[in-house]
Amino acid sequence: MSGSAPGSTVGQEPETVVVPAAGEPDVEAPASARRRRPWAGYAVMPVLLGLACLLLLLWLRSKELDSIEQRLVNADRIRNGVIDHVKLTVVSTFFVILVAVPLGILLTRTFARWVTPVVVGLANIGQMVPSIGVLVILALTWTIGFRPAVVALVAYAVLPVLRNTMVGLQQVDRSVIEAGRGMGMTKRRVLTRIELPLAVPVILAGVRTALVINVGAATLATFVNAGGLGDIISGGLSTSRNTVIVTGAVLTAVLALFVDWVGGIVEDLLRPKGL
Amino acid sequence: MTESPPKPMKEPMIRLEGVTKRYPGQDRPAVDSIDLDIPEGEIVIFVGPSGCGKTTLMKMINRLIEPTAGRIFIQGEDVTGVNPDQLRRRIGYVIQQIGLFPHMTIAENIATVPKMLGWDKARIEKRVDELLELVGLDAPAFRSRYPKQLSGGQRQRVGVARALAVDPPVMLMDEPFGAIDPITRERLQNEFLRLQAEIRKTIVFVTHDIDEAIKMGDRIAILREGAKIAQYDTPKHILSAPADAFVADFVGAGASLKRLNLTRVSELELSYWPTLPLGTDRAEVLSLLRSSDKGSLLILDGQNRPFRWVTAHDIDRDDVPLEEAGLGPGAVVGPEATLQGALNLMLDSSHGAVVVVDGQGSYLGAVDFATVAQAIQSMRREARDQLRAAAVELSDTGGMATP
Repeated sequence: MSGSAPGSTVGQEPETVVVPAAGEPDVEAPASARRRRPWAGYAVMPVLLGLACLLLLLWLRSKELDSIEQRLVNADRIRNGVIDHVKLTVVSTFFVILVAVPLGILLTRTFARWVTPVVVGLANIGQMVPSIGVLVILALTWTIGFRPAVVALVAYAVLPVLRNTMVGLQQVDRSVIEAGRGMGMTKRRVLTRIELPLAVPVILAGVRTALVINVGAATLATFVNAGGLGDIISGGLSTSRNTVIVTGAVLTAVLALFVDWVGGIVEDLLRPKGL
Repeated sequence: MTESPPKPMKEPMIRLEGVTKRYPGQDRPAVDSIDLDIPEGEIVIFVGPSGCGKTTLMKMINRLIEPTAGRIFIQGEDVTGVNPDQLRRRIGYVIQQIGLFPHMTIAENIATVPKMLGWDKARIEKRVDELLELVGLDAPAFRSRYPKQLSGGQRQRVGVARALAVDPPVMLMDEPFGAIDPITRERLQNEFLRLQAEIRKTIVFVTHDIDEAIKMGDRIAILREGAKIAQYDTPKHILSAPADAFVADFVGAGASLKRLNLTRVSELELSYWPTLPLGTDRAEVLSLLRSSDKGSLLILDGQNRPFRWVTAHDIDRDDVPLEEAGLGPGAVVGPEATLQGALNLMLDSSHGAVVVVDGQGSYLGAVDFATVAQAIQSMRREARDQLRAAAVELSDTGGMATP
């Protein structure tokens, strides 16, 4: 990283915000530090997650469920909950990428250096304001359902992708860029052929973080009637049924770990060769 | 090679006219109104202490840094106003860190500029292989490797190949061998000089290492603070007649020794050394030895090749046949050897002289201390005369300009 002006500004942001939930503490480590895993390594996580689901199922089977529990925890509700939850996560992450990556590119261009602290500050606010608060405000001032839930999730998860996009672009070796410019590559060509491909691993690490954050935050979508596994958890809370709460919580955790696992594979596949 | 810079050269490949770079907020310009002609097919070195503006000056040629004032001509065309990206595609560019694209194969790296110029695939492929062979890398083995898999020296070669991709007439090289270990650097320098003898590019080469400048340069521009040219001349002239104290100081101690590295044995008048053919009888050998002031003489074999050194003491001994008296011929040098190499051998030899032979190994003459001392003297004299002549010419033309 040959430090350029905004590098220092970004460096002042709280470090903790980018640390992904699933333990990827060194976002800024060079991408080459992590090697492609052997294929057997990929199999461990799904096996563990399958085991967790199986245990949950056996545990539920071993219990006498009362009528409230049966109404709250059944195949239909679980399926719908998971589908809604995945929808919320995927759609919000899609918009996060759509907003954060171009913004990150823009903010690392020389001409935009002066707005960088402002925008990063805004993204920080998005992360710091509790999602539940955002949801409530949106529900009161706008509407309820899927859309406000997505808006709240996007606001919450923009920062890691934005930051990683900027860091990823800034860590590209200056001499590589200079060589490209010196050979007559236009600025746009340097960006698309050199900077972005070389930043892909770091950007993807940010996307993976955003995904995991969103799986967690999407449990709150239930409060604006947007469905998801939060329905099961809050149903259990309001009826004081621990079995239901545990079921919802375990499923959310399994989903978060599964999404992180998929993200890891995608990262490995999309990492440019030669790094 | 021998003309001095104030003389107008025929069409220079690159001409700088009043090139200036001023950064906002600095009262002194980084580069102050430079005029410089760079002749075709030569390596011109910009050398100077760090911060003297040599890199800035070089980067203004391909307009990675835009000059504040002045004009730059390449092949007679004013390039100060053309599209900089288009301009750079016809100027090779090599930097110290090489800057290979790590996510692209060697072939893709080399193909960067040809692709931008829209060459077809077959032509690019052919050119890549050609270039890899040119810089001494086995094309089939290296084409599809990634930069990470190469050593520093190999990467630098790829960097040079990439810069040569579309056969640009001009190359800019910013300390290209700066980050490489001394042994590899030496090898790459020699290789590059061989390559340059073949391709005859016009090269602007920036370094802070005066020894590299002397070795690589056809001409050297020694720059001082503010990119002012302290002296622009051939390495020989700079070493023999530094223009001022700054240059002398920058060239450093041992200028004469460095100068010896630039002179070939063939440029000298060789010393006379007494020789006799093999089979001459003892009495004759002894009489020649006594009449000569050298103390030893050289016996030549049937093909006129140096055979043995003998002294009077060797001849006096009756117990050894004449063929085995004295010492073997020791080190010999060819006419293309540098004077420094010859001097080095001379210091090691027991006779204070080194034998010079031609390509067939036949005796040509000898180099001794007197030869070397004389050579240094005449270099100095020659350089001084030329400086003086140049000064006279300058004042002459100055007088003519305002009649």
